[in-house]
Amino acid sequence: MSATTPQLVPAVVAPPKQRTKIPPMVAIALFWIVAILAIAFLAEVIRPYSITALDLRARLSPPVFMGGTWAHPLGTDELGRDVLSRLIVSIRMSLLIAFGAAIIAATLGVLLGFLAAHFRGWVEQAVMALVDFQAAMPFMILALSVLAFFGNSLPLFIGLLGLHGWERYARIARGLAISAGAQGYAAAVRQLGATPWRVYARHVLPNIAATLIVSMTLAFPEIILLESGLSFLGLGVQPPMTSLGNMVGYGREYLTRAPWILLSPSAVIVLTTLSVSLVGDWLRDRLDPTLR
Amino acid sequence: MLRFLGLRLARALLTLVLVVSFAFVVLRMSGDPALLIMSADAPPEAVAAFRRAWGLDDPLWVQYFRYFTAIFQGDLGNSMRDGRSAISLVAERIPATLALTLPALAIKLGVGIPAGIYAALHRNSFADRAVMLLAVAGFTVPSFVLGLLLVLLFAVQLGWLPSGGQDSWRHAILPVITMGLGGAAVLARFTRSAMLEVLGQPYMRTALAKGVPWQMAVRRHALPNAAIPTVTIIGFMIGSLLAGAVVVESVFSWPGVGRLLVVAVANRDLAVVQCILLLVAATMITANLVVDLLYGALDPRLRVTARGEA
Repeated sequence: MSATTPQLVPAVVAPPKQRTKIPPMVAIALFWIVAILAIAFLAEVIRPYSITALDLRARLSPPVFMGGTWAHPLGTDELGRDVLSRLIVSIRMSLLIAFGAAIIAATLGVLLGFLAAHFRGWVEQAVMALVDFQAAMPFMILALSVLAFFGNSLPLFIGLLGLHGWERYARIARGLAISAGAQGYAAAVRQLGATPWRVYARHVLPNIAATLIVSMTLAFPEIILLESGLSFLGLGVQPPMTSLGNMVGYGREYLTRAPWILLSPSAVIVLTTLSVSLVGDWLRDRLDPTLR
Repeated sequence: MLRFLGLRLARALLTLVLVVSFAFVVLRMSGDPALLIMSADAPPEAVAAFRRAWGLDDPLWVQYFRYFTAIFQGDLGNSMRDGRSAISLVAERIPATLALTLPALAIKLGVGIPAGIYAALHRNSFADRAVMLLAVAGFTVPSFVLGLLLVLLFAVQLGWLPSGGQDSWRHAILPVITMGLGGAAVLARFTRSAMLEVLGQPYMRTALAKGVPWQMAVRRHALPNAAIPTVTIIGFMIGSLLAGAVVVESVFSWPGVGRLLVVAVANRDLAVVQCILLLVAATMITANLVVDLLYGALDPRLRVTARGEA
């Protein structure tokens, strides 16, 4: 958007090159995100135990800083399973689901938004009615009713979460595509004989990518929270697989005797969503002030 | 204006029909409820009798039609578990849920809006930074983590408050705080950005330039304009009064609508799930309708375009 009217706002826009310094909070957040991603990628290599390995002689053993041993740095659960190993594998599972869902939502939303912008008329009306419907219903309720009835396979769960937030991308993509269509470059490529497919994929999409990436970053924490909430209720990721919300739900049973089971995954959820939110806000301010 | 109202109403009804159809299709197509309610080794005759009794043998469109007419007669079917009517099962849970969500809404509005306005008016001050940090934290801490942490602190460690159940008003304190804080954070963040947007508008500069005192300009020009986007999110909060407590009710074993929904979903109790879905949709749609009407009252520009549309 900002590229469309540079001649109108030259005095307001600060020279961007001077503000390359990253605020310390954002730097810490970026560091945390990189660390979490590394853990997710290396999960199978760095986990000390298998997540189903039982150590029956060390059941409910506390973590090191609460008087436990280094054999289980973050303690063990009721069955003697290593909390650290489960945490590492859970991080990978939760990130996998969140990434998958975010990509599905963005693809679906952008596609529908472009369709609405291209065809206008009743296609646009239909898409916008769906957008209104989705925005009006609490997603948790929709997800709950779909989930328990379609079972708990992982691909289905990711697909369901991918329905979260598509309406925002659709709105953005439609608005930006309509305004892009009114500009010279889209018309020029069309005049040269490019198919609509090519115009949208090769010319409009790159021009609105910054905005879309920022909204994806802002939506990412919501998906993590949704996944962990559903898994916490026992309706998301099913055992023997484990995710962060799953661990909290399981740990809740041992709240008084072994609070460490739920404290470490809770901390990871909070720190990760916080970090992504901070980075998202920062990116938005840097890249796209139009997104409020 | 009447035409505008009529269009809105028609659209609301259409959305409701969409929700009903969505619920019906999803819940009926996903599997055989008879086999899940009865155990897997139930005798085939019993399963057949069960299917006949609940009309599960008829073609889907017949079931759909029957379902639709029944709704218009105020009959949402009976719980497949204990045979009681789904409406009364849900209705008797509503007071318990409202006992949590209404005080929580008061906290959200009473804390979130003033905090957001204050932060916007004192932009970049220490208070603004603190409010925003808390708001981001409130948004990123999931309600079940916040709830469990509060239980750990106030119920397990200090022993001041009960950890779950619904025996006295003291049982409601922790769930209400859990819900209120999270919502207040969201609202504070939203109010702040709405206020900042309005404060940067030319009409504010004009008002100040012609000598209107700052406080007066804020009260007469900034607050009413910032109220417009904020009303949307408040409408959403009011719309979710009945079922916005799914997770928190589960954390605190509070016997409300949300808890009923989780149990009904786990048991595949179709009638109850549909009833709650419909209830949520109806409150949500009503809240949206009210928000639309409020827009007209708050923003004269919309009234004009609405008339132009019609």
